[in-house]
Amino acid sequence: MARSWRDAFELGEPAGSEAAPRDSAEPEAGPGLFRRLRQSLSKSREALQAELGASLFEQLDDEAWERMEEALILADVGARATADVVGRLETEVEGGTLSGGDAVRDRLVELLAEAAGGDAERIDLQARPAVIMVVGVNGTGKTTTIGKLAWHVRNELGRSVIVAAADTYRAAAIEQLEQWSERAGVEIVRGSPGGDPGAVVFDAIAAAESRGIDVVIADTAGRLHTHSNLMAELAKVRRVAAKRLEGAPHESLIVIDATTGQNGLRQARAFTEAVDLTGVVLTKLDGTAKGGIALAIASELELPVKLIGVGEGLEDLRPFDAREFAAALLAD
Amino acid sequence: MFDQLSDRLQETLSGVRSRGKLTEADVDRAMREIRLALLEADVNFKVVKAFTAQVRERCLGAGVLDSLNPGQQVVKIVNEELAELMGGASRDLAFAGSGPTVILMAGLQGSGKTTACAKLAKLLAGQGKSAALVACDTQRPAAVDQLVTVGRQAGAKVYEQGTERDPTEIADWALGQAKAAGDDVLIVDTAGRLHIDEELMDELAQIRKRTKPHDILLVLDAMTGQDAVNVAEAFAERVDFDGVLLTKLDGDARGGAALSVKAVTGKPILYASLGEKLDELERFHPERMAGRILGMGDVMSLIEKAEQVSDKQQAEDLERKIRRQEFTLEDFLQQMRQVRRMGPLGNVLGMMPGMGKAVKQIRQADLDDRELDRLEAIILSMTPAERARPQLIDGSRRKRIARGSGTTVQAVNQLVKQFGQMRKLMAQLAKGKMPDPQQLGLR
Repeated sequence: MARSWRDAFELGEPAGSEAAPRDSAEPEAGPGLFRRLRQSLSKSREALQAELGASLFEQLDDEAWERMEEALILADVGARATADVVGRLETEVEGGTLSGGDAVRDRLVELLAEAAGGDAERIDLQARPAVIMVVGVNGTGKTTTIGKLAWHVRNELGRSVIVAAADTYRAAAIEQLEQWSERAGVEIVRGSPGGDPGAVVFDAIAAAESRGIDVVIADTAGRLHTHSNLMAELAKVRRVAAKRLEGAPHESLIVIDATTGQNGLRQARAFTEAVDLTGVVLTKLDGTAKGGIALAIASELELPVKLIGVGEGLEDLRPFDAREFAAALLAD
Repeated sequence: MFDQLSDRLQETLSGVRSRGKLTEADVDRAMREIRLALLEADVNFKVVKAFTAQVRERCLGAGVLDSLNPGQQVVKIVNEELAELMGGASRDLAFAGSGPTVILMAGLQGSGKTTACAKLAKLLAGQGKSAALVACDTQRPAAVDQLVTVGRQAGAKVYEQGTERDPTEIADWALGQAKAAGDDVLIVDTAGRLHIDEELMDELAQIRKRTKPHDILLVLDAMTGQDAVNVAEAFAERVDFDGVLLTKLDGDARGGAALSVKAVTGKPILYASLGEKLDELERFHPERMAGRILGMGDVMSLIEKAEQVSDKQQAEDLERKIRRQEFTLEDFLQQMRQVRRMGPLGNVLGMMPGMGKAVKQIRQADLDDRELDRLEAIILSMTPAERARPQLIDGSRRKRIARGSGTTVQAVNQLVKQFGQMRKLMAQLAKGKMPDPQQLGLR
């Protein structure tokens, strides 16, 4: 958590509508919120401590290299990206530029953080209104992420938010987002179940413009990337947004579940073809999965991770910290 | 991106064909390909290690290295071992002798439990069992609403008491209701939970203790990566589930997680969900999963699908035709039309042997159902005689068909050629033989 919320966003000029962030608003302390927060915090601390021991990096024999690869494969980094990163480290070690186990380990973490795309990329909220479209396969946590993001944008950044319930397919998706919008204290534009998702986004942008709202966050129905008709529908939602407001959507974020394996790469590829993604939100990092697939996605598709989800509470969404993420990949 | 494993193996072993003999180094190269392909398919690292060691041993065993087609032998061994690991025959749900059968659904957030509950209810209703649902996910916003809605769509009764009561109490209450109402089955939807969340895992154990379910299903996303084994082990320890319901298999995930879970916990995969519609849940067939991971196609599923939509007589005809290589373009057309009512194109083509490449091409070219319209148009532009005997189609007929269907001669050629290959392979597979991978269009 080296990075603050303000570091993760490109905000442009101060918002006209709301000057100061409402820092007084505490997240609703729902059942288990603080317990989860504690758990996820202690988990990332443990992760940092339990990195592959320095001794492993002192004696770089075949077994040591293999254990490094094993750790990364088990973290879902994938065979190709693992071979790539470990290969580069091996070259540097052979070149004799690194001395001592700590230096080797630090360099590995550095290489992994680089491969994960670093964390310099920000979420662009300069436009008025700025439109964020959130996409992904079923069950990755899109609606939950939007609830948390809306809360943070409003409370940490002091920007007004309207969410667009454009998942008109899944049963009760609209009700789910409605509950989140209440918790986050933001407005919502809803369509009718089975209605046209493009129209909902269109209406939300219009509402934001007429009411002077700063940020529009659009929820979309989860869809498997192999269903070409559903992907075409998503591309259309994007076109509708662009038609209503030039430059929109300003951010198209794909939500990837940290438990996802190598299929995540195909997901990201298909979604970026359909809606030209600008970044990844990696969710469910509070489990035992490391989310290494995000590294493969970042290095292969140059798609940076911008936010991570670490729990179900409003506060459990954070700016991505590449070094912390990289170190956790090596933890046992 | 790796191609299908059988492609890769043939490539690796292609040099061997000319020499006609495998060396130990060849086998090691093949094992490397298998290892990478299985990792790419998200099979757990440790399972992969054990698996390749086993296959290697068998490959080096007597007879294989000197056999007529060692490359094919290796593919066969991999397939057999994979099918073995996937777990032999699939098992059924256990049903109560009297009173409602209780099925408890558990799993991580977003694995698809709520939808799976409704699908299972619908599947059981098709078998003459009335299934009711109970909403015990009091955590996720609107989860109860969602179950009520999908339950209604599935024609199943839904017991719910909102989100204020304790889930264990709700489950217990619903069991009483189900008993009184004479429901055959009660399916318990629970909140998604992390396997390391002690409090929620305790809650699940409580629900189990109180409702004494006959079957506990772990709902698992087919796209899960290496973590699948940790999840499965934790759920096995706390609630000792009986089997797995695998979701989102309609995507292009190879589903190695299923293999890992079976290998590590010994629990069988019972059901597979193959689409967003409520009737797209099927019994799981382990031997077919091995085929999916290997890209060998699945004739059995194709025949079964045909049985669902046509009558038995027609299905038997079809099976006989496939065996005798009498499967015609007319049959293909009928199948295609039936199939289009069944779900996405990729699913069905993926079941046809040798069509792995076609599926890939379809995805690459982003072809969709319009492409099927085109295929249909080509076949419809043929005479009945041509459909029955595609070998009749000569140059001038091709031109006529192309004109008639508004396509090109190349398109007609491609269809005829692929159909010919497919027919041979289907016949071989239906007879239970391993196809010669060269005929699969593999280099």
